[in-house]
Amino acid sequence: MRRTVEEALLPALVALLVAAVVGDVLILSFGQSPGSVYRLLIDGTWGNAYGFGQVLYKTTTLTFTGLAVAIGLRAGLFNIGAESQLAAGGFLAGLAGLMLPMGLPALATLPIYIVAAAAGGAIVGGIPGVLKARFGAHEVITTIMLNFIVLALLNYLTAAHLKVEGTLHTAEIHAGALPRLSSMIGAFRGSAANVVLFLALITAAAVAWFLFRTRRGFELRATGLQPAAAEYGGVNVGGVWWRTMALSGALAGIGGLNYVLGYKHYYEESFASGAGFLGIAVAIVGRNNPIGVVVAAFVFATMSQGGLAVNAVVPKQIVDVLQAVVIIAVAASVPEVRRLARARSAA
Amino acid sequence: MSSVESSASAPIAIRLSDIYKSFGPVNANRGASIQVARGEIHALVGENGAGKSTLMRILGGMYAPDAGKMEVNGRDVTGWTTAEAIDAGVGMVHQHFMLVPTLTVAENMMLGREPTSRGQLDSARVAREVTELSKRTGLAVHPQRKVADLSVGEAQRVEILKTLYRGAKILILDEPTAVLSPPEIDELWRVLRGMRERGETIVLITHKLDEVMEISDTITVMRHGQTIAQLTTTETTPAAIAKAMVGRDVQLATHYGETSSRSLELPSASLLEVRDLVVDGPRRASAVDGVGFSIAPGEILGIAGVEGNGQTELLEALAGLRPVRSGSTSVAGRDITALSVKSRGDAGLSHIPEDRHARGLVLDYTIAENLILGQQHRFTTGVRLDNDAIIDNARRQIDAFDIRPAVPSVPARALSGGNQQKIVIAREMSRGFQVLLAAQPTRGVDVGAIEFIHARLRETRNAGKAILLVSADLAEVLALSDRIAVMYGGKFAAVLNRRDASEEVLGPYMTGAEHAA
Repeated sequence: MRRTVEEALLPALVALLVAAVVGDVLILSFGQSPGSVYRLLIDGTWGNAYGFGQVLYKTTTLTFTGLAVAIGLRAGLFNIGAESQLAAGGFLAGLAGLMLPMGLPALATLPIYIVAAAAGGAIVGGIPGVLKARFGAHEVITTIMLNFIVLALLNYLTAAHLKVEGTLHTAEIHAGALPRLSSMIGAFRGSAANVVLFLALITAAAVAWFLFRTRRGFELRATGLQPAAAEYGGVNVGGVWWRTMALSGALAGIGGLNYVLGYKHYYEESFASGAGFLGIAVAIVGRNNPIGVVVAAFVFATMSQGGLAVNAVVPKQIVDVLQAVVIIAVAASVPEVRRLARARSAA
Repeated sequence: MSSVESSASAPIAIRLSDIYKSFGPVNANRGASIQVARGEIHALVGENGAGKSTLMRILGGMYAPDAGKMEVNGRDVTGWTTAEAIDAGVGMVHQHFMLVPTLTVAENMMLGREPTSRGQLDSARVAREVTELSKRTGLAVHPQRKVADLSVGEAQRVEILKTLYRGAKILILDEPTAVLSPPEIDELWRVLRGMRERGETIVLITHKLDEVMEISDTITVMRHGQTIAQLTTTETTPAAIAKAMVGRDVQLATHYGETSSRSLELPSASLLEVRDLVVDGPRRASAVDGVGFSIAPGEILGIAGVEGNGQTELLEALAGLRPVRSGSTSVAGRDITALSVKSRGDAGLSHIPEDRHARGLVLDYTIAENLILGQQHRFTTGVRLDNDAIIDNARRQIDAFDIRPAVPSVPARALSGGNQQKIVIAREMSRGFQVLLAAQPTRGVDVGAIEFIHARLRETRNAGKAILLVSADLAEVLALSDRIAVMYGGKFAAVLNRRDASEEVLGPYMTGAEHAA
């Protein structure tokens, strides 16, 4: 267990160090002092309750899309479709919210929202899964293509049937709004962080339990590592493929709750933009380990919120560059870190 | 234990002294030494996990030793890199080939040192040089063929040739005969003797004692990471080498004994019944072309034959891993033709697959996890895997089958080939079963482990189970089987009782020269 945690955490830390060095150089090239820019970044994120709340809000969505990509990779599947699965989950949850009677308590509506969001994502994720299991169609191609189709379809449905005139979003949902953190802790006032954060943490724990403690998880990981050996071990490999893709889609879909029901209380066109793709980076940096995914989501959320905070002195695109550096550093540092962790546990 | 210095006349090509190397908790080498004179064929023998491959990889520059001294041609080369080793003419041919299947033989040869003429690849020159080298060494290859289309024996020739093409004067071969048929092995010996005559030095990692006696000049025996003995081949015996390897006397002669509990009268009911099976293979239709047989309780049916005559497809079809075109299979009277792999297991079928790396093991899973592969549903309570039961099971199997290291949480990848195979055997023999499909059960496994696995197979047979044995090793088929079928071109060319079979009798059927009426 200790080794698992180390393997999950160390790459992220190493990557952050490397990113900090590259960041120094970039900041210096803009004639600013790295120290003051980083202080600005920290002040704007962890330094005050509002900023920290925004970080937690972004962490929530990224945890879901990161888990979605990670569970796919554990089964040997590269799900590039978290973007549209997230949108579809948010859309179906929003639709459910519009149909539910006004004034229902959150406790009653939350299960319905979760099911709706999971269903939306599972359908979008499950289609490439079935296509792969049935016809051998490569999931990278099909999920990319489905992104275009699904996002276009959702935009059409919103624009043609659901939107409030003059906006890109649906009417407001009044059934069982999910409480924001600020309703519990006043200091978070104004930030979008909401109770879906807790759902994300519970989900991460559940995914970890599923992957490492259940028979289905055992079979899923075996399929990802060696499909031929899994098949020999009585695993229905095609079944694992489509079920995992559906599960992956469902995880991304539930992430849609964060924006649609936790923050805005309406569905809005392209609310997901980028969070699905960033999930790939989160999964890679988190080493497909649910604990690692939560940590990585927090790191990426901090960076993207921090980009806004430092925008006054350096271009916020610096943060995009740093995110890319983190991914490259992790990809490069993983074997080294694993060797270290192994040597440590042997000693 | 006789310790012999190499003949004083020839200069020493390789001298490794007191090498230590550990990987985490595993001490692969604990003071291992080897000394080889120039121009000799040296056999490095030892059981699986004795540290032979590690020692040779250190020589090849793949690992740096933790302690010890390395000398090549009198030069201190301790801890050198692969590139330095290649430059100094040390070349290694691995058990698992390192060739690019989609490239041609010539392209594989020039990979890493592509000659150019006026900025363009000079493929013609490579082809010419390869052909020349091929003629000089007697290693016949076609430079323009794709590696993917080669047989295993041909691929190995390419691998050796590639090493020589890069100027190797010291050639290390890691269990080269594990994948070869008898004529291919003879061919290899001829090539190696030719190289020795040209003054090149050869180290052969092996655990087959007949090979050691036939081809080597000197021998180093390793056990548990240490050098146990250095011997001269003409002054020792197979029994002495085996004793040094294992540390005790070993029953070497694996001749067939009439120990079967099965009497010669006709069996009452067969446990495995196969009728008119037709199976398509990956390369050709009807790789199995109408095969039918039955195996009685307490009987081993051995399938002999040159590899690639449908044995793989037959076994995979019986195991449920490959669809059948027509025909039927039943186990203990129950038709299993349409069942899944899992249901076949529950119906009493157990399967030792021919390729433990691809199918038999999930290499990144632990010993404990691999010991339940295929039986995971029996170690489940609700949806949860029962970890305590899995660890208990692992401890029992590790104990019963002497799997080393005896640590359930070590990944299978870290084990030697023989210990990996023991995981597979332990798992497949410990489940409730009626019929055992055993494909190449001792491939790449050492003397001690072979003896052990053969004993277990006989026990299983004597306990009244049915065994279908497929082996490329004819001696193994002869040693274990009660009846022997020869497979050629997807059909059974002959089915003989053991007492009517011998290498001489079976040979013509294996090459398709004879068919039974």
